[in-house]
Amino acid sequence: MFNRSHVLLSLKEGAISGLPLVVGYFPVAMAFGLLAKNTNISLQDSSLFSLVVFAGASQFMALDLINAGMTFGNIILATFFLNLRHLMMSASLSVRLQAIQRHWLLFIAFGITDESFSVSSLGDKTLNAPFLLALHGVSYSSWVLGTVFGYLVGTILPVSVQSSLGIGLYAMFMALLVPALKKSSQLLMLSIFCGILYATISYLKLIPDSWCLIAVIITASAIGALVLKDELLEVTA
Amino acid sequence: MKSYLPLILGMMLVTYIPRLLPLLIITERPLHPFFKKFLLFIPYTALSVLITRGMMEATGGMQLVTFVGLGAAALCSWFKGGLVLSVFVAIVASFLSLQIL
Repeated sequence: MFNRSHVLLSLKEGAISGLPLVVGYFPVAMAFGLLAKNTNISLQDSSLFSLVVFAGASQFMALDLINAGMTFGNIILATFFLNLRHLMMSASLSVRLQAIQRHWLLFIAFGITDESFSVSSLGDKTLNAPFLLALHGVSYSSWVLGTVFGYLVGTILPVSVQSSLGIGLYAMFMALLVPALKKSSQLLMLSIFCGILYATISYLKLIPDSWCLIAVIITASAIGALVLKDELLEVTA
Repeated sequence: MKSYLPLILGMMLVTYIPRLLPLLIITERPLHPFFKKFLLFIPYTALSVLITRGMMEATGGMQLVTFVGLGAAALCSWFKGGLVLSVFVAIVASFLSLQIL
């Protein structure tokens, strides 16, 4: 279906689209590696976390909970709830995929993170297998290498640089979202509504944070689908 | 040193399965138009929530720094455009406000 040059082009596009993730993940992964070392976890296990789990927020949470003396079972349960948001992202991604052989889905699924999802679904590239595999592959490599590096060397960057790069990942979310909001005042309103709803529920601590996250995503997307115009998604899709 | 293998494998399963199942089930399947529309809104709602969460989770002085960085990214992206430029501006703005504050 694809010829060689198409595949190479998509691979290249995926790797280039992944560069902000490479730059953003590395220092965060270094911090994880160092923190894991300070939590008295072996190099082998610390690397395994990043190699087979590949979920930043959950990995940091796990270290917190290990330090708090929580049982493995409870940490796994907390991870499950925190990562349920990826269920929604995976579902959303699946309606945008183009001509992908099913076996690639096994590999593509592994690399779905908040960051890779935002780049793939709000970028303007065709979502075929080589593109997604390259995008996920480069960010995964950065995450794993950063973890090992942080464990062995510690953080070489000053804290202020590290924090600024961490904010860079959120800035990327913003820079991906804003162009769509600029095109449509309805989307802008939906986005502000999401922010206010999440902030309110989270501030009042009505439900646990990981439930709050997914509840707001579902509620707001359903409201969007009910109330907002169809053409909106044609423009931005 | 304690072995964390059972924890790591458990976390792997509860992370990978939610990422995999929807892809396997929904890809190339005809969907009810409402459900499809619902799914297409998720990038916007999810990112809005994640950004808000990022600002709320920052602690102490970092809250203001995060706000400055994200504000810079929003303004740059709105008026000038460009993903890399906006992220770069945000990192520089955060770094500078960290030096000043």
